[in-house]
Formats: sequence, C-alpha cells, structure tokens
Amino acid sequence: MLDELLREIKAMMGIYDSDADQVYGLLAEFPDPGALLHAAEAVREEGYSHFDTHSPFPIHGMDDAMGLGNSKVGYFTFLGGVTGLATATLLQWWTAAVDYPLNISGKPFFAVEPSVPIMFELTVLFAAFGAVGGMLALNGLPRPYNPLFYSERFKGASDDRFFLHIAASDDQFDAEETARTLRSIGALHIELVQDDGVADA
Amino acid sequence: MAHKEESKSIPTDPSAQDPAHGDGDRLIKGNLSFHDITEMVSRHTEKKAPLAWYVAFATALSGTLLLLAMLAYQVWNGVGVWGNNQPVGWGWPIVNFVFWVGIGHAGTLISAILFLFRQHWRTSINRAAEAMTLFAVMCALIFPTFHVGRVWAIYWTLPIPNQMEMWPQFKSPLLWDVFAVSSYFLVSLVFWYVGLVPDLATLRDRASNFWRKRILGFFSLGWTGANRHWRNYEKAYLLLAGLATPLVLSVHSVVSFDFAVSVLPGWHTTIFPPYFVAGAIFSGFAMVVTLMVITREIYGLKNLITLDHLEKMNIIILVTGTIVGFAYITEFFMAWYSGVEYEQYAFLNRAFGPYAWAYWIMMTCNLVSPQLFWFKKLRRSIPVMFALSIVVNIGMWFERFVITITSLHRDFLPSSWGYFEPTWVDIGTFVGSFGLFFTLFLLFLRFVPMVAMSEVKGVMPQADPHYHEGGDGRPERDGDAPYIEPAPAAAVEARRQSNS
Repeated sequence: MLDELLREIKAMMGIYDSDADQVYGLLAEFPDPGALLHAAEAVREEGYSHFDTHSPFPIHGMDDAMGLGNSKVGYFTFLGGVTGLATATLLQWWTAAVDYPLNISGKPFFAVEPSVPIMFELTVLFAAFGAVGGMLALNGLPRPYNPLFYSERFKGASDDRFFLHIAASDDQFDAEETARTLRSIGALHIELVQDDGVADA
Repeated sequence: MAHKEESKSIPTDPSAQDPAHGDGDRLIKGNLSFHDITEMVSRHTEKKAPLAWYVAFATALSGTLLLLAMLAYQVWNGVGVWGNNQPVGWGWPIVNFVFWVGIGHAGTLISAILFLFRQHWRTSINRAAEAMTLFAVMCALIFPTFHVGRVWAIYWTLPIPNQMEMWPQFKSPLLWDVFAVSSYFLVSLVFWYVGLVPDLATLRDRASNFWRKRILGFFSLGWTGANRHWRNYEKAYLLLAGLATPLVLSVHSVVSFDFAVSVLPGWHTTIFPPYFVAGAIFSGFAMVVTLMVITREIYGLKNLITLDHLEKMNIIILVTGTIVGFAYITEFFMAWYSGVEYEQYAFLNRAFGPYAWAYWIMMTCNLVSPQLFWFKKLRRSIPVMFALSIVVNIGMWFERFVITITSLHRDFLPSSWGYFEPTWVDIGTFVGSFGLFFTLFLLFLRFVPMVAMSEVKGVMPQADPHYHEGGDGRPERDGDAPYIEPAPAAAVEARRQSNS
C-alpha cells in the first residue's frame, strides 16, 4: 500500500521504476510539437498514466493533453512567504523590544511602520526560495542519473527533438503492444530504454 | 539524421509560408530552425573566444586589478584616502553605490515585469540583462561595504548572534538597504539560475569533454525537458517574476529612503522612491543597449537580438528619461511651493551654485538627450543609440552626484560650507568597478549561453502545436490565442489512417 503510494508520488515527479528485466520504458520520437501533443492525448486515451513528453521548450496545451492539473508550486511559495513574514516580524520585535531594548530618540522599541521594509524583503526572499525549492521538490530534481540519458537520440530533447516516454512501471505497459500503439500514432522512431544502459531500437 | 532533413523540407521562404505574417513582425529574423538557435548560442561557449574577447578581457581584468589595489590601499589607510570629509560625508562611494544598483534594475524589469506583461521580445535579451543585474549589484555592494571603514566588521549589519550581545538597529534606512539589496541579489541570482537550467542541459547534451559533461551535468540538475517538470518550472518562473516585480520597485525605493528619511533640504522629499525607480530603469536600459549593441555585433546574434528589440528598449529609455526629467522639475516646484527657505535655497543652489556644471550635465544627458528617440530613424540607428546609451549613463551618474553632493556641501551654517573634491583613490575605485563589471560580463559571455535558448524557441512560430497542421505546411492562425485546445480524437484517427 505504502509502496504503491510512493511509486505514484515518484511517477508524478517523473521518476519511474524499471521492471524485472531492467526495462525502463519505450522512448518514441515525434516530428514536431503538434504531433507530440496529439500523441500524448492519444496515449492518455489508451489508458496510460506513467508517461511523459520531453521537449526543448514547454508546449502550450500539453498539460491538458496529458491530463495534468494545476501545479502545486504556489503552495510552497505561499508557505515560504508566510515564513519570511513571521521571521522578519519576530526578529525585529525580539531583538529591539525584548533582548536589547535601546531608546533611540524616544521612539517605541517596536512599531510596525519602520519594520515594514524588512518584513517585505524577507517575505519576498523566502517566497522565492519556496518557489524554487518547491519546484525542485515536485520535480524530483536534482536527479543526475536518468536511464533516458543512455539514449543517444535523447540528447536532442534539449535541442530540437520531441519525445514521448512510456514507463515500464505503467500497469498497461507491454513492450510490444505499447510499441505498436506508438507506431500507430505516428512515432518516427521507437527505442527500448534499459536501466543497464543497453538500448534497443 | 532523417528528422533534420524533414524539418528542412518545410518551405524556407517566410513570405511563401505565411503571407500575412512575413519576416517583418517576427521576433526572430532569418527564418531559423530550433537547431539553428541552439547552434548560434551554444557554440560561443564551446569554441575559442574571438580575438576581441581577449582584448576586452585583458582590459577589464586590469580594471579589476586596479579596483583590488585601490580597495587594499583604502583598507590599509582608512576612509580618509577618499574625498569624503565635512561637510560632505557621503561622497563618491554612495554616488557609485546608487549608480550601480540602478543599473541592475533593468535586468529584473526585463526578466520579470516584461514577462508578466507577456512581452515575448524579452526572451532574446533577458539572460544577458539578468547577468548584468547580478554583476552591477556586486559592484554596488563593494562601495557601502568598504565605506563602513572597518570592512572586517561588515557582518555586524546582519542579525548574527555575537559576543557583544548586540543586534542591528532595524529602524535605520541603512539597515533596510542591507536587507533590500541582499534580498534583491539573492532573488535575482535564483531567478537567473532557474532560467538557466534548461539551457545548461542543452550544453550538457552537446558536451563531449569529460569534465565539461560532469560540470554541466551538475549544474543542469538532470533536466530532461519533461513536461511534468516544465509544468512546475513554468509556474515557479511565473511566481518568481511576480515576486521580483514588487521587489525591484522596493529596492530602489529603499535606496531612496537613505536620503528621503533624513531631514535635509534636497533629500527630504516624498517624490524620491518613484523618481529613483524610474531613474534606475532608465540607466539600466541604457546599459543593456550599450552591452547588446556590442554583443550582437561580435557574436553574430543580429537575427536574435534584432533592431526591433533595440528600438523597444530605446522607447523605454525615452519614456523613463522623460519621467526622470519631469521629476527634476517637480522637485523645483515643490521647493517653491513648500515655502521653506532652506528647501528653496538647496534647489536654487543646485542649479545655479558652485555645482551648476554638474546639474546642467545631468539635465542635458537625462532630460534632453533621450528626446532624440522621438525620431524613428534615430531610434533605429546603431551609432546613435550606442552614443546615447553612454550619454544617459553619464547623466545618471551625475544625477546621483548632484543629489548627494549638492545637498551636503552647504551646511546650515555658512561657516561649515565646503566644496567636495574627489581624490585619485575615488577615481581609481570607480574606474576599477567598471573593470570588475566587464570582467564578470565577459566571463558570462564566454561560459554561459548568453541568450535564453529554450525561451526563444518557445516563442518561435514553429513552437505553436498548430503550426504544422495546415496540411501545406502553413500555420493555422487563430488570432493571438496563446493556449491551444488539445487535439480532438478525430485528428489522431486521421493520422493513424495516413500512417497505416
């Protein structure tokens, strides 16, 4: 049960387990962003869930095509912002009014008005850290090792190529059956990616 | 490379391909493919740098050495080696600090504010402008750091528990500055790095050298361009832009509080925050134009950073320059309208006193010279914009000089009047800070993709998922709708049929 949950969470991040034969998944190349969008749509309709598209830039409409909801990064950002605001308020109040009260021109030891700039700056700073930290956490990054890197063609995913990857951890995955589906929806090239580095075209 | 040939078979003549949207209003000229963009940008980090780079780097590096020598001399002898003295306690170091922080602001404006306004043209210049921001803020931070006199105690400005059991004084605008500028630096750095990750992955995938692969692999975090990742990435980027926008406005506002919160005629005005922010954007854009004009020339990026891009920046220079000029005049009106004798004197003295020369240099450079950009011909002329961008930055340096020095040099009692003169150490440090700035910028050009490749690719017409759908290779344009509905199942069916 817990394993299952963990597996699904990792799949959300784009991290998939290989199967018993060290097969990581099938990597199919498509000619352009439009074809990739339709392929993702078709694969989802076939009932796959452990799949992802790889492109050199984000493709508009792909989230809907893949059936992904809204990103959760916003919650992390909000949490960061609240932390920053609380830190700034407590820091200024505690240092100036509690730990070392110092009379400066008869001003109150702590007041909101002169504290606003630092409250603001720290809110923004921590919210920014929250956004980036949240993004990395939700993406499972940094992840230096990825079986997809064994594929020579996959180097083009950061240049001008468009890939669809169906992971072997998907319940519906069957190397031959899935390859046939991919071919039928217009894949230019399909290869089997293995976790031990042996790639089959 | 069957795929490459396929993409080449798309009609290459832009007018034949899309008569309504020719090359004219494209952001990227020259009908480039995705791979061309990768190639144009990446190769500069992979091959030997051009001769001009070495010459520039040697010059800049000697400037950096000059800076280090000047700072060492200042630390050894004390702040007295600078021209700061009664009554002008804030001399060039503060002028230079505000000058450099201001330059930084254009980078964040381009990367964050223009992003929120969906100005796609920013993609070609945002990477370099953000790098410029970071380097300008580094240069800026040097000045107050050494201005404290005992640089080894600079950490006292941070709330770190210490053996004295004392804390920073949070009611001081100078401390607000510490927080504002350092938060600004960190957020800019994070924003810049997040934008860089997909491009570092591109370089990683192109790398053949063992160490290059490892180093780029480390910094690109294992990026694979997965859509599950892009989804969170784009959201984080949007949020960062939303956070950086108020931040950049706050930073120069806080810098202006250093002046405005004090009770000194010429400084104590409420117009300072917006006026400082406009000035910062003005000078920063001028610096971006200066740098981009040279960069696109030397690195052959004229199709990526086009005349249209430069023209848009010049329009922003015109607008912000006029705002700044308007603020100068408003200050005079407020001084007269306030009825305060000291306030009126401070401003009359500014324009007609011993520093009138500096005041009129400022007026000419900042208010008058950008007005030339009303003419389209001048706005699109490379030599004119290059010269003007430098003039603008001279003017903006003098603005800070005028604000700082003229408000201080005549104290309330005539017996404590004086005339500020910089020393050779002042001059050397300032020149040296340019050396540091250009050294860092040249290193950036050499080792980091100077244009945000993934972002540029994303705004190209081919990136639109409907681009290849017309059947004859023509994009189906449905207005400017940025979001595309997922394809109906019928389209998938048709593709299936044609393939079998």
